[in-house]
Amino acid sequence: MSSTYLPDGLPRPGTGPDGLSEPYWKGTRESKLRIQKCKGCGSWQWGPEWICHRCHSFDLEWVDIQGKGRIYSYERPHHPVHSSLNGHGPYIVVLVELPDYGNVRMVGNLLGDPLQTVTIGAAVEAVFEPHDSADPPYTLVQWKLT
Amino acid sequence: MAERTLRGKTAIVGIGETTYYKHGQSPDSEFKLALQAVVNACKDAGINPKEVDGFASYGNDRSEAGRLAAALGINELRFSNMFWGGGGGGVCGAVGNAAAAVATGMADCVVAFRSLAQGQYQRYGRSGGAPLASGDDAFLFPYGIMSPAQRFAMKVTRFMHDHGIKQEALRAISLACYHHAQNNPNAVMRGRPLTEEKYDSSRWIIEPFFHLYDCCQENDGAAAVIVVSAERAKELKNKPAYIMACAQGCDTRSAAPVHNMPNYPSSHFGQLAPRMYKMAKMAPSDMDIVQCYENFTGGVLMSLVEHGLVKPEQANEFLVKDNLIAPNGGMPLNTSGGNLAECYMHGLELVHESVRQIRGVAINQSQKHDTAIIMGGPMVTPVSSIILGSEATL
Repeated sequence: MSSTYLPDGLPRPGTGPDGLSEPYWKGTRESKLRIQKCKGCGSWQWGPEWICHRCHSFDLEWVDIQGKGRIYSYERPHHPVHSSLNGHGPYIVVLVELPDYGNVRMVGNLLGDPLQTVTIGAAVEAVFEPHDSADPPYTLVQWKLT
Repeated sequence: MAERTLRGKTAIVGIGETTYYKHGQSPDSEFKLALQAVVNACKDAGINPKEVDGFASYGNDRSEAGRLAAALGINELRFSNMFWGGGGGGVCGAVGNAAAAVATGMADCVVAFRSLAQGQYQRYGRSGGAPLASGDDAFLFPYGIMSPAQRFAMKVTRFMHDHGIKQEALRAISLACYHHAQNNPNAVMRGRPLTEEKYDSSRWIIEPFFHLYDCCQENDGAAAVIVVSAERAKELKNKPAYIMACAQGCDTRSAAPVHNMPNYPSSHFGQLAPRMYKMAKMAPSDMDIVQCYENFTGGVLMSLVEHGLVKPEQANEFLVKDNLIAPNGGMPLNTSGGNLAECYMHGLELVHESVRQIRGVAINQSQKHDTAIIMGGPMVTPVSSIILGSEATL
């Protein structure tokens, strides 16, 4: 049994040439979930950007948060669009809303039975899924029902 | 200050298309397809291709304006324009940009076109296979969100959830498109009719709302339309299809990263549509012909709602096949078969069909055909829409 939800071989996450999301991916390696918070107006911001879309401050900090949220939407893809998913079968993607952090949303897989019934509004918590054998290694944030 | 508007200042006077193929089956190269479409549009308009002085396209079209102008021996290229965005969101915007160039005197005869041979390049429905995902993709690809369907499915899930809309409403959209394609000799899906049973038993692409027949085809082909001034249009042989309004763009922060747009269950037309109706001086109830880009039927549903053509609370009753088919349906939809069943010509085939309807020469001709609305590229950013009208609407 694989230790990761989806099989090896899918594209690994990179911080991009501008390094914008580097603090996030560093954090997940340490089992910390962090998002941006504006020092100008105090708003939470996700996904990452160089500027606060509310007050236009460039002074954004990365803050560790509690990975607790609720399912805002979901999908269960069946058709494999990447060769690594051939023969794998359906899997669940959830969009999770974080009420404690300005309702920012995060994307991940819902752990457990891929055929389970998914309920919008259900409470979930973050689970760190290390991919230690990748080069370089990385850690994804997944979600499980609480 | 004079009213700033596109209303009635320009018209589509020529339409041209190639044979439409399943992806990978075009015997001709993508650029040759583009040339064929432009030449066919000129022939339809009765204009010498050397008279064309501008090109507008979208979706990162590979057939560049400079090469087209050189290949066609165009005397003086005055306008070349690309609408940002990788999907079909720019289809109506490209026509609008052509109209804007003509209306402002930057050019006189502009072609809006799209050439696409997915068999010769990357397919939209397959992942490219790059080992590293960066930017927004870094937060999506590792979780198995790679194709357009996967990127958009959660918007549809939430919209259906919020409004209690059933799968049958989406099925009706698909049935109408396939119904219209059966009469259309250009339609790739002609001869392959769709029934409720066939739809229901088709495989899931993505649960809970994307059956196989909710998803567009992938095709090879090219299409082009010619835009000139209203004055010039009156001198040409075809009945002009006047551009009454065009709007493009997106709602507030529609492109917010990692699915954080404020209005999530949306096709991104909410702010655009009222602006367009205002320019056209028309209301949703004035639209005789409705053409909506189907990447996925859920996107069509949200587009119809955001353009005021369907109320979400009435969607289950309103979106039934008989109501969506020409000639007698209350709102004939995608009367040539659209992206689902005619050809995924990145939506431009919907503009062609609207022009045929306004001329009164469509295969599935609607009884009322003075106005047509076309909605392009639901759920991508930016999107665009256009309203065409006959002379009677000026």
